[in-house]
Amino acid sequence: MANKVLMKGNEAIAEAAIIAGCRHYFGYPITPQTEIAAYMAKKMPKIGGTFLQAESEIAAINMVYGVASTGHRVMTSSSSPGISLKSEGLSYLAGADMPAFVVNVQRGGPGLGGIQPSQADYFQSTRGGGHGDYHMIVLAPASVEEMAALTVKGFELADEYRMTSMILADGTIGQMMEPVDLDGLKVNPAPEKPWATVGTDCKRFHNITNSLSLVPTELEQQNFDRYKKYDVIKEKEVMYEEYMMDDAEICIVAFGIASRVSKNAINEARKKGIKVGLIRPITLWPFPEKVLHDTVGKCHTYISVEMSMGQMIEDVKLSTECRGKYVLCNRAGGMIPSPEQVLAAIEEANKGGAK
Amino acid sequence: MVVFDKPHALADIPLHYCPGCTHGIVHRLVAEAIDELGIEGRTIGIAPVGCSVMAYDYFNCDMIEAAHGRAPAVATGVKRADPDRHIVFTYQGDGDLASIGMAETVHAAARNENITVIFINNAIYGMTGGQMAPTSLPGQVTQTSPYGRDTNHCGFPIRVCEMLSQVEGAGYLERVAVNNVKNVKNAKKAILKAFKNQVEGKGFSLVEVISSCPTNWGLTPKKALEWIDEKMIPYYPLGVYKDRAADEEAAK
Ligand SMILES: Cc1ncc(C[n+]2csc(CCOP(=O)(O)OP(=O)(O)O)c2C)c(N)n1
Repeated sequence: MANKVLMKGNEAIAEAAIIAGCRHYFGYPITPQTEIAAYMAKKMPKIGGTFLQAESEIAAINMVYGVASTGHRVMTSSSSPGISLKSEGLSYLAGADMPAFVVNVQRGGPGLGGIQPSQADYFQSTRGGGHGDYHMIVLAPASVEEMAALTVKGFELADEYRMTSMILADGTIGQMMEPVDLDGLKVNPAPEKPWATVGTDCKRFHNITNSLSLVPTELEQQNFDRYKKYDVIKEKEVMYEEYMMDDAEICIVAFGIASRVSKNAINEARKKGIKVGLIRPITLWPFPEKVLHDTVGKCHTYISVEMSMGQMIEDVKLSTECRGKYVLCNRAGGMIPSPEQVLAAIEEANKGGAK
Repeated sequence: MVVFDKPHALADIPLHYCPGCTHGIVHRLVAEAIDELGIEGRTIGIAPVGCSVMAYDYFNCDMIEAAHGRAPAVATGVKRADPDRHIVFTYQGDGDLASIGMAETVHAAARNENITVIFINNAIYGMTGGQMAPTSLPGQVTQTSPYGRDTNHCGFPIRVCEMLSQVEGAGYLERVAVNNVKNVKNAKKAILKAFKNQVEGKGFSLVEVISSCPTNWGLTPKKALEWIDEKMIPYYPLGVYKDRAADEEAAK
């Protein structure tokens, strides 16, 4: 019998990280994710781990870089403005091929914005965020249960591919309480890390954690190699959920809390006989391009339900080669689309029918 | 009998520094300290962004290259990952440590992070071709202060040791120079102590080394060493600015 506990999404991330073997957390306070730091501050000292409140998000991500270099599982968490500050470090982590786990519980922007839930950091996270050619694996949980499961997965993927994995959540999932089965979490042990800078013991040539490469041909080759790795990830690690897609002629694409709102709307639309389904990307990078592409010819309209001014919709169009009609059904600035708003978009699309 | 040899912790490869630059001397002093304490196998060095960015090739211990100014934060992570084993040092220029990385510097000191910071103060941004540094002297001509540093326009140079001496957490702060034999010997003592402190768990130790940059100062190597005596040291007096362990000992 599964032992379910009631937890906030943010706390589920923190506990799952500890279960995944993370013993080092660095962060700087920002709403709406401070519960993660509070949880770590309580727990880490009791289990021989490190919780440290850094002087800034910049410092926190660089502390992460330091621990990552030694091969230990390490994380930081923040919300949108803080992630902007971490972007420099994210780029360096990518350039040095260091594994790290980062959480962004998004709030409305730009600038200081607000503290209500948002998905407006989609571009920032799926395109890399900092400078240079790189990606992070971006995971989008839609429940507290998934906050926990994808945290464990995030640590494993980071280690396997030596890169950053990021949970891209929003304030709603961070703050809401749902039952979670923590005992059910299975964790793969971290792989060997012969590259770690932990001291040579004067027995081997020194290891160097580095992103500097002044010879253009060598730097180019590093970029080529990194993108070969990304190709493997695109092939092997795409995650998504399909909901009522079997006979769907209208395809909703939504992630996180927006996908739950969309499911409600789909249930109502189905009662009215409208053939609508949902593809919910669980990995935002790599994006579920193939499953979307497979709907071309079957679906006449794609409705991107987003809490932004329309960012993911570009990936929806690219994945389907712009061969459908596209509707953006969105709210921004901390507002969440209502099931009624999504239902109205579905009904409107249904009236239009195939081109 | 070997009279003079390369320290084991220093890689046996040519350094890229300009003629007359004192980075090489300081590298050697750091390596000697690591050798003498027998800590090479558990030492992790953090190179900065600046002329010494490639220091990761020059030390035989494990090395990490940090983003500009972030070395103390990176060092914090490395140290905390295994505090009993890891000996961690940063090696940073004045732009790195006292401008873009000032917050990381002050807070590492405030936390009394048990690390060793080697701070190269050459009063200029060397790597980028000689711009004004937070430590450039009043009136000093640089690429970005072509009429001389005007303190009314861009403020005054920062005395890092004096400033950090007001930070309760900092354990040991000393300013040295490497422009003559006597000063080099003192610098050696200070750097050795800054590492020994860490081995003994005495906390944050920073050695500020007044260094030369003949290329960007527009002086010959010899004139540059004289300029340190004439201009730099009067503004940046050498000496110990804080030694908590010694103070506590004296108070007993
Ligand atoms: C974020 C960032 N800003 C600027 C630079 C460009 N940059 C490289 S080295 C340097 C100055 C370093 O000067 P200093 O720390 O005094 O060291 P020195 O070169 O004199 O040894 C600057 C500004 C950079 N690499 N990264």
